[in-house]
Amino acid sequence: MNVAKFHGLRADLAFIAHWVQAGSRVLDLGCGDGAMLDYLQVEKQCVGYGVEIDDTSIPRCIDRGVSVIQQDIEAGLAMFTDDAFDSVLCLSALQMMKDVEGVLRDINRVGHEAIVSFPNFAHWPHRLALLQGHMPVSESLPYDWFDTPNLRCATISDFEQLAAEVGLEVLDSVALKDDGTPVTFMPNWRGSLGVFRLKKK
Amino acid sequence: MQKMFMNSIGIVTPQSLFFKEPLALQSGASLSDYSLVYETYGTLNADRSNAVLVCHALNASHHVAGTYEGQARSQGWWDNMVGPGKALDTNRFFVIGVNNLGSCFGSTGPMHINPATGKPYGAAFPVVTVEDWVHAQARLADALGIQQLAAVMGGSLGGMQAMAWSMLYPERVRHCLVIASTPKLSAQNIAFNDVARQAILTDPDYHAGDFYAHGVVPKNGLRVARMIGHITYLSDDDMAEKFGRDLRGTDYQFGYGVDFEIESYLRYQGDKFSEYFDANTYLLITKALDYFDPARAHNGDLAVALANTQAEFLLVSFSTDWRFAPERSREIVQALVKNNRKVSYAEIDAPHGHDAFLLDDHRYMAVVSSYYDKVWQQIQTPLNVTPQVTSQATHKEAA
Repeated sequence: MNVAKFHGLRADLAFIAHWVQAGSRVLDLGCGDGAMLDYLQVEKQCVGYGVEIDDTSIPRCIDRGVSVIQQDIEAGLAMFTDDAFDSVLCLSALQMMKDVEGVLRDINRVGHEAIVSFPNFAHWPHRLALLQGHMPVSESLPYDWFDTPNLRCATISDFEQLAAEVGLEVLDSVALKDDGTPVTFMPNWRGSLGVFRLKKK
Repeated sequence: MQKMFMNSIGIVTPQSLFFKEPLALQSGASLSDYSLVYETYGTLNADRSNAVLVCHALNASHHVAGTYEGQARSQGWWDNMVGPGKALDTNRFFVIGVNNLGSCFGSTGPMHINPATGKPYGAAFPVVTVEDWVHAQARLADALGIQQLAAVMGGSLGGMQAMAWSMLYPERVRHCLVIASTPKLSAQNIAFNDVARQAILTDPDYHAGDFYAHGVVPKNGLRVARMIGHITYLSDDDMAEKFGRDLRGTDYQFGYGVDFEIESYLRYQGDKFSEYFDANTYLLITKALDYFDPARAHNGDLAVALANTQAEFLLVSFSTDWRFAPERSREIVQALVKNNRKVSYAEIDAPHGHDAFLLDDHRYMAVVSSYYDKVWQQIQTPLNVTPQVTSQATHKEAA
């Protein structure tokens, strides 16, 4: 974990990195500044590409020696052939997609496995906010309802259903707290981030 | 301090090398001998690992950066990119600009004497391809004692040359930077080129390419060719922004003179161009553009064409470039990804059309600059030697 921190990995990413096999071919959708791929390349000898739309992130990825392709996730996925990757990461990005189902199907197409994370809308402070009559604003959902890149709100339970529909089998799932530690008791209430490791059915 | 580093490379001087070995061309013809004019900036390091070749596009030359002594406005065509402290930093790299065969800026071309006839080549100058240029450039690299280039870089037609290098000399290119380019021209691209060629070929002053003997220049043809070309370099938005429907005078002239600012601009560009550019060179270079299609020999499969490359790649395209649109760059990226090559791709949202590759845009420059930082770091770590061993060796020397 210290090594992960050294690479500037956020706590949730550090946890997720444990699920990626050493030496595997990885596609990181919405790779940001490339911290995750950098870590996986250096510490786990992985190879692969990041897909990122944000202008300022592109030179940062290049600085880290991460191969980055500037596209939105949908267009980026279209560049890759079937089963091109051992693992496709889509971390805290799925909720920004218009066509979540289409993206999941394409993730299923290009990868053998996928690791997907998203903010859990059913996290208890979010439920509380709704009970009080307001859309939640929290560490994992830090935006006001009228100014948010997040188009989709899902709960951990919702995601399981969709994954099954697009032909993905859940290998592992975990709910993480804001500090990146896993929650075992009542995860759909107590976890702020849902993380799934999925496999082609 | 910052300002000093951002200065131009300063006064530069072109050099010339004569090659007496014949060069076999893709067409089957050959050049019995030829000269290449080139410029270099920066210093070649001891292990000759810091050389970067910059390839030029249609109307440019070996004069990439710096200025010529005593010549006003003689700045190189990529002076904003190449120089001390710039994205391609001449404090780190030994940068080579070379004028291609068939050009009118010094290297052997249609204006030169054909040794077989004792007269200018004119239209008899053999049609050269991107690949022919690259073979000639490789001989220049040989002559300069450079086995492997740290990078080959080019925009537009120059990007095609960089790509061709990675395929023809895979072991000689560590990095390949392909800016605003394409794996092949579209029917529309070829159509524009042919209209330009027809303008030249049908100009009565062209004299089947032997206009030098008649003491004339097919100026009208060249003007129209340049005007057409120029339209394709700019975006619709850019033209609207720069010229709109602005009039030169106060009202319509109801004639065929210059009414609109855009007409005046294009005519001026055309006039200027026809004064310095050679008509035969224009024909040759547009043909080189048309013929470039590395996938053609592989049933149209670009991924197969790129399969033998060893370089790492950077591709950049510009959103409003409709001449070589981002989609064309994406095709190259996709083919490289298929081959598991290391490749990064930036799609810059810029309003300036194809010309954007020559202009300053901080996002564009940041990407290229970051990329060359990595190239530089790689050079600092000699191949097949771990950094630890190197540092021990240095310590010994110091002791």
